[in-house]
Amino acid sequence: MIFARHLGARVWILVAVLVAAAILVPAANLWLPASHPLHVPNYLVPLLGKYVCYALLALALDLVWGYVGILSLGHGAFFALGGYAMGMYLMRQIGGRGVYGNPLLPDFMVFLNWKELPWYWYGFDHFAFAALMVLLVPGLLAFVFGYFAFRSRVTGVYLSIITQAMTYALLLAFFRNDMGFGGNNGLTDFKDILGFPIAARSTRAALFAASCAALVAGVLVVGAVTRSKLGKLMIAVRDAESRTRFLGWRAEHVKLFAFTLSAVMAGVAGALYVPQVGIINPGEFAPVNSIEVVIWAAVGGRGTLLGPVIGALLVNWGKSYFTAAWPEGWLFMLGGLFVVVTLLLPRGIVGTFDHGWDALRLRRRARLAERGGSSGATDAVPNPAE
Amino acid sequence: MTMVEEASRQIRVLHEPQGYAPSLTSISLAGPDPAAGDPDAGENGWPPRPVVSPHPWATERAARLAAEGKGRRRRDTLLYLDGVTKSFDGFKAINNLSLVVERGEMRAIIGPNGAGKTTMMDIITGKTRPDKGEVFFGGDVDLTQHDEAEIAGMGIGRKFQKPTVFESHTVEDNLRLALSGSRSILRALFHRKDAPERQRIEEILALTRLEAKRKMLAADLSHGQKQWLEIGMLLAQDPELLLVDEPVAGMTDAETEETARLLRDISQKHSVVVVEHDMHFVRALGVKVTCLHEGSVLAEGPLDQVSADPRVVEVYLGR
Amino acid sequence: MALARALAFFLFAVTLAGAAPAPAAAQGVDPHAIVQKFGGKQSFEATEGVIGELAATGDPSVAGALRALGEGELYWRDSDQAVFIVHGRDDPATLLDPITGEPAGTAPQSSLTKVRIKNSIRNAISDALAGLTLRAKDPAVRLNAAETLFSEADAQGIAALDAAIAAETVPAVRQKMEESRAAAVLRSDRPSEEKVEAVKVLQHRGDRAALNVLNSLSASSADPVLHRAAQAGAAAIESTIAFWNQAQNVWYGLSLGSVLLLAAIGLAITFGVMGVINMAHGEMVMLGAYTTFVVQELIRANAPGLFDWSLVIALPLAFLVSGLVGLAVERCIIRFLYGRPLETLLATFGVSLILQQGVRTLFGPTNRQVGNPGWMSGAFDVGLMSVTWNRLWIIVFALVVFAVLLLILNRTPMGLQMRAVTQNRRMAAAMGIRTPWVDALTFALGSGIAGIAGVALSQIDNVSPNLGQGYIIDSFMVVVFGGVGNLWGTLVGAMSLGILNKSLEPYAGAVLGKIVVLVLLILFIQKRPRGLFALKGRFVDA
Repeated sequence: MIFARHLGARVWILVAVLVAAAILVPAANLWLPASHPLHVPNYLVPLLGKYVCYALLALALDLVWGYVGILSLGHGAFFALGGYAMGMYLMRQIGGRGVYGNPLLPDFMVFLNWKELPWYWYGFDHFAFAALMVLLVPGLLAFVFGYFAFRSRVTGVYLSIITQAMTYALLLAFFRNDMGFGGNNGLTDFKDILGFPIAARSTRAALFAASCAALVAGVLVVGAVTRSKLGKLMIAVRDAESRTRFLGWRAEHVKLFAFTLSAVMAGVAGALYVPQVGIINPGEFAPVNSIEVVIWAAVGGRGTLLGPVIGALLVNWGKSYFTAAWPEGWLFMLGGLFVVVTLLLPRGIVGTFDHGWDALRLRRRARLAERGGSSGATDAVPNPAE
Repeated sequence: MTMVEEASRQIRVLHEPQGYAPSLTSISLAGPDPAAGDPDAGENGWPPRPVVSPHPWATERAARLAAEGKGRRRRDTLLYLDGVTKSFDGFKAINNLSLVVERGEMRAIIGPNGAGKTTMMDIITGKTRPDKGEVFFGGDVDLTQHDEAEIAGMGIGRKFQKPTVFESHTVEDNLRLALSGSRSILRALFHRKDAPERQRIEEILALTRLEAKRKMLAADLSHGQKQWLEIGMLLAQDPELLLVDEPVAGMTDAETEETARLLRDISQKHSVVVVEHDMHFVRALGVKVTCLHEGSVLAEGPLDQVSADPRVVEVYLGR
Repeated sequence: MALARALAFFLFAVTLAGAAPAPAAAQGVDPHAIVQKFGGKQSFEATEGVIGELAATGDPSVAGALRALGEGELYWRDSDQAVFIVHGRDDPATLLDPITGEPAGTAPQSSLTKVRIKNSIRNAISDALAGLTLRAKDPAVRLNAAETLFSEADAQGIAALDAAIAAETVPAVRQKMEESRAAAVLRSDRPSEEKVEAVKVLQHRGDRAALNVLNSLSASSADPVLHRAAQAGAAAIESTIAFWNQAQNVWYGLSLGSVLLLAAIGLAITFGVMGVINMAHGEMVMLGAYTTFVVQELIRANAPGLFDWSLVIALPLAFLVSGLVGLAVERCIIRFLYGRPLETLLATFGVSLILQQGVRTLFGPTNRQVGNPGWMSGAFDVGLMSVTWNRLWIIVFALVVFAVLLLILNRTPMGLQMRAVTQNRRMAAAMGIRTPWVDALTFALGSGIAGIAGVALSQIDNVSPNLGQGYIIDSFMVVVFGGVGNLWGTLVGAMSLGILNKSLEPYAGAVLGKIVVLVLLILFIQKRPRGLFALKGRFVDA
């Protein structure tokens, strides 16, 4: 593998922790007795699974924001589209067990007096097709959107605003009953997935493990991409886009690659999220959701592999805690977090830690160099001339 | 070099009466001018300026000959600008500019602030589209039809006025990203370092005297080192033509000397256009100089001749 | 007008020559004598004939008798067949004179017989009454009567209308009467030529009611000339209606555009002039709306008489509240983030969350009632479209705010400093302009204008903590569409987006129309990333 050496120990620790979680959490839920101190209660498994999906979403955003400098305020849309693709599969799995007992049409279509299945629902009774759509639909939207946006060099804040407009337009669209995606209520009342009852403990445990696996895959993919020459090019585009153009690189292709890959990852996160929370509705397209993702990545530290994962887990844990303990306070906290992180912690937790660590190491080396006069160490010391 | 001097002399002569330069330029470039000593002129018997209204056939033949003549002349050049005009909100940054750079030539371009030097670079590299005029590279590639990446791919490298390097990357990685080769995104994804690449980077590091800084982040380089790194990146790109915008701004005298030496070295293998204010540096280069003023060529020739030109003195020192 | 008068004269002549009871001849008839004809057992036809005679007198004094007849309160005395009005079932009944309404003695119920009526007679009565009110003293009543007759009058009403037209002095009322008469003519069996003339009158009227009459005529008429005339008339009216529909759409569009302009204009300052992305801009609007609410509550509690002035009082307060919050946000947060637009975006989004939740905690999550002062309520008609006062005032207000802002930017020292800082911060600083203060004041100005917008929006939108969120994306779209850094661009952008939105709505529906607009905008930004009225130049993308 091209990246094994370059990823660094920290990332492998993260991967190990995730793999361990994928095994231990289900085990502690399924096989430890409820009285056991290490028992993981039933409610916690899908909750943790949700966090892991969010972490994957944050990682996807980090790929475009942290590494390529595209602040997408519409990543929630890709997440939701992946979720809808999965939701459509789960809807078709209900079959004749719905309230109206129609073997072909989901309940909401019967309710709206629809007579036949819209063409875009064809094929979603097959898991493989649905899984393909989970990748294709967000990827295609991102590709088309990105193709036009990057080709005409919409950058910076303008790009952020039109990504926000994109998810807003989708929000409005999915609220309409005529769209055939359940309108306001979205898709829910799922019964089973791949033949397993969706609410069963073992299914939930398996979904959690799958989410962890997806996150591990996401970390490795993003790691591989960002450590490749293309990854260096991404950072180059982020820092000096016109320089890359004058070197003959097509900056728009670099961005398009990252944006599309990121959208696909977000779609996967959404697809894993839906069976664990049991519903997907247009609210997922709300621009606010997409901006929240940004703060996860910012808190953890953008432009790092670890940061978005840590940020997503921390912020969402905080959200769960505070919405229960002090519901009114959560939005104050979240708002404050946006302000504090951008003002005081622009590198995020991981970035700040790295920066501090580097500074410390440099100072120690400089001291050693002074004392010992060893010339080898001066290389890494910043030139004081600047 | 007689050819080159001839062409540039001609352009200079044509630009002397600034007020009606356009018509003169078009005639001279459209048809062989006997005064310029073009061998074709006598044979075809085409008078430079028709005194009476010509016969329709004559007009047609004239147009054909003009096209041929232009093609021939243009084809021999590396960079060919003719009648280029670009205005921003009514302000003419480039005004009917004509400039020819031969293959293998190094040319220095001087001019006061706002003379249109940077805009000219922008036009050549595809960042800005001219309102009118022709820009040809290698004789037959119309640069106005291509964008930055394509033009860079054709072999035109550019150094910015403000040193622009990838600050979050090491010196080595900066050069690696600049190295000539495939610009495909997928190849970049699966790229592996190999020996020729390493060797090439070593060469450039040696040339730009950055060997000791190879692992340093570009952000931590001094201003002069950044300038050198950028020139090194240009070399890594291995272009046919280098456009170098103010390479010695902010450099010490010693660094300036070094840079002049470096550019002279480079000009052995590449064509170079240098934009610079620093007259010592331009003198050190020892090449033909073009002076721009208000978007047009004011004077052209050896530095001593140009700097002695009263109009050049006037625009630099004021009335 | 000349044509209408000639027509009226022509109709008058025809009526004179015709067999119908001539109004002119009826002038000398004593209405009392006619009323007495109701007495005695008689056929419904005879009763209807008497009603016609009464109507033909054109004497308003017979109205009482007719109304009593319609309500079944007209009786005749068995002994002498004299006619009276009797109210109620008292025995003995109190007799009232049918014309004067004076008491005329009493009589036992058993000696009285009710004048029988049926539905067709009731219709005749109401037509006759309408004809009589055509002569009422108050022009408004006459106008109303003429309007009522338009949909009801038939052949019998023509005579009464003719009489009324002849006597009418107010042109507007006469025109209505002539239109009603034309409608009546079309319902009668008058000759075709006369009907063709009537079609022209209706075509001139050109509203939906006239269209209905013409449509039913063209459907029922066998006469080819008349049929064609009716069709042509209907087509002409339809195009008139289509024109007014379009005008109405444009009006709605302007109205929406003015709302967008109000919401976006503050943003045009902070984003356009300063380059600061203020995601809390919508919340500044919301604060303005809540300031209005508080002002109105205070007025309701302390000085109800001032209610009509509540908006005027709220305007400066809203400007101050939002402006001060903006100033605080700039001083505490944004000034540390200049040159980092994406970070500014995130930090101000955080501010927006805090402000929203703050208002929710203070005022509750539900909508708050903000009343319209008298001069903001109601509507009036222009042609076939209806114009509400509050929308009109908001358009005027938006334009005034725009003009004032333009003046501030272009004519005041502060505006000059603001523009200087925008164009070249370092140069401005070198000239002795205190750039940090200019930044802070500019931001406060933009926020204050958002507050003012909130006062206006409180009149047409729900005042809730989410008020601002609904506008933020639209506002950004307006500013980006119009071109950053250009107030005129914002004006044109707001108005054209408003009109585009409202023109799409009839075809696509409100939601789909909005989606289409968003998609078009996204495409537009890709085509012209710097908006409609972009600043051009070398340094723009530096």
